[in-house]
Amino acid sequence: MDKEEYKELVKRRERRSPSPKNCLRAFWTGGLICVIGQLLTELFLTLGMSEKSASTTTTVALIFAAALLTGIGIFDRIARYAGAGTLVPVTGFANSVVSPAIDTKSEGLILGVGAKIFTVAGPVLLYATLSGAVYGVIYYIVSLFL
Amino acid sequence: MELLLSCVRAFVVGGLFCVIAQLLIDYTKLTPARILVIYVSFGVFLGAVGAFAPLKEFAGAGATVPLVGFGGTVAKGVREAVDKQGLLGALTGGLSAAAGGTAAALCFGYLFALICNGKPKNL
Amino acid sequence: MSIIKLKNPAYIFESASAVGCEEHKGPLGDKFDFHDEKDKFGAKTWEMAEGELGRTALALALSKAKLRPDDIDVLFAGDLQNQCVASSGGLYSFKIPYVGLYGACSTLGEGLMSASLALSASEDLRRVAAVTTSHNCAAERQFRLPIEYGGQRPPSAQWTATAGGAFLLGRDGYAKIERVMPGTIIDGGIADANNMGAAMAPAAADTIVKYFRESGEHPDDFDAIITGDLAKEGSYLLETILEKNNIVLKNHYDCGMMIYDYKKQDVHSGGSGCGCSASVFSAHFLPLLRSGEFKRVLLIPTGALMSTGSIQQGNNILGIAPLVCVEGVK
Repeated sequence: MDKEEYKELVKRRERRSPSPKNCLRAFWTGGLICVIGQLLTELFLTLGMSEKSASTTTTVALIFAAALLTGIGIFDRIARYAGAGTLVPVTGFANSVVSPAIDTKSEGLILGVGAKIFTVAGPVLLYATLSGAVYGVIYYIVSLFL
Repeated sequence: MELLLSCVRAFVVGGLFCVIAQLLIDYTKLTPARILVIYVSFGVFLGAVGAFAPLKEFAGAGATVPLVGFGGTVAKGVREAVDKQGLLGALTGGLSAAAGGTAAALCFGYLFALICNGKPKNL
Repeated sequence: MSIIKLKNPAYIFESASAVGCEEHKGPLGDKFDFHDEKDKFGAKTWEMAEGELGRTALALALSKAKLRPDDIDVLFAGDLQNQCVASSGGLYSFKIPYVGLYGACSTLGEGLMSASLALSASEDLRRVAAVTTSHNCAAERQFRLPIEYGGQRPPSAQWTATAGGAFLLGRDGYAKIERVMPGTIIDGGIADANNMGAAMAPAAADTIVKYFRESGEHPDDFDAIITGDLAKEGSYLLETILEKNNIVLKNHYDCGMMIYDYKKQDVHSGGSGCGCSASVFSAHFLPLLRSGEFKRVLLIPTGALMSTGSIQQGNNILGIAPLVCVEGVK
């Protein structure tokens, strides 16, 4: 059996994750997190916050909750069930910052936690900043002519 | 009633963002990190073409809580900063707008790293 | 010639195994000599826990054999961590002359092979030992993502076992090693780190085909043909490749498929790691050889040779599968 033939065999054999089930789980868990976010935002608005502050405070609250669940070792179990349902909301971002922080504590607070806290979430921040800057430059040039 | 409707809209839109990501995980070789990068960049794109604001108006937290919202916030921040400070705003706007979430993740990450010890994964 | 025939056979006379919590919950749970519910084995870090796992296994084997560390002349050991720090860190306190080995998950094969070759080469050696370990958390940290990171694994992914085994070999014992065969490095063309079984199966097939062709023996001459950690995916692929070579394995066992309970534990394809084959071989197969229930087995641990860097740079995962023929003396 040559290499190409073998690759073909592996590909045919490779079982896909049971997607309909995963999608349903991602849908209701991800949706639920957004509903919690919505309720928190409404709560902060009724407390008299501005719309911007309410939105940011909601984000901070969800990040705290995800960080707490990560810290006590529950987040990864929920995520194994929820998949993209916990990954895509800001909870996934929080988990990807908190988990390397806890994980690298044994390597020290400076070069362990300090240096490696962004090993997973770093790409998100980089590409958010980068695409924002690219948009800013384009927006600036376009606005010169308008 | 108004509250219930806004929750339903947040649920459906937020849930759909997650389903799309789940499909990408299950049917492509894209790793979660790549998917998050795509989502955040897509959010900036949505903000840039002006589609994010109406989506946020409609879905509320269903648009802001997923990482797409992170991108949307960055785009909005960049636009406002460029309006105020010119080209420099392209550099300052994005991170300032995303500062709350980022700083929260960093600070809570550090806090829980101090308090908690890793537990083994279970099957 | 690939098969190495030993001038003087070596004998396994004692062994011990130590495992973590999930391995103890598996179907072989009670057969392991030692388990730690917390997976930390009293150590501060996961990396040191793996060292402690190896130390525990060797200490247990020595005490079962009523021997002291200085009764062992050479120690062959390896693990999954960078630069094999678990083995050196965990085993230094024995003060036994040490040879560090790396063969990824196939290290058990390298260890038993090197140990028996050393015994065969010099009559001066009285006894030698082989130890291999792997730790799920240390492996996750090194090869994959932080332990608390929430994610889903695809069905073909394997679970690195928190396990270790120690084997004592000497001039007499209950299981004889007379023939060994180093594996050849095989590129199966697989670059997916979530499908290690597929990367290793061609190497196992290569070893098995070569062995039967050279020895003239038949798979039915053995009570068990034991692969290391091909798991479900890899075992299917191995059997498919072998069928194309007109070899049908009726008595194939894979340690990666035996260590966990597929129904109760969310293992996906199966277990892996050099401690997986070591603990299962020590706790399950060696007692069968000792009691005489099994006469001859082929032990073929399988290894995926790669690093996180080589994976990210898109290189193929190379496979290797050394072979050790173990025969019951009874």
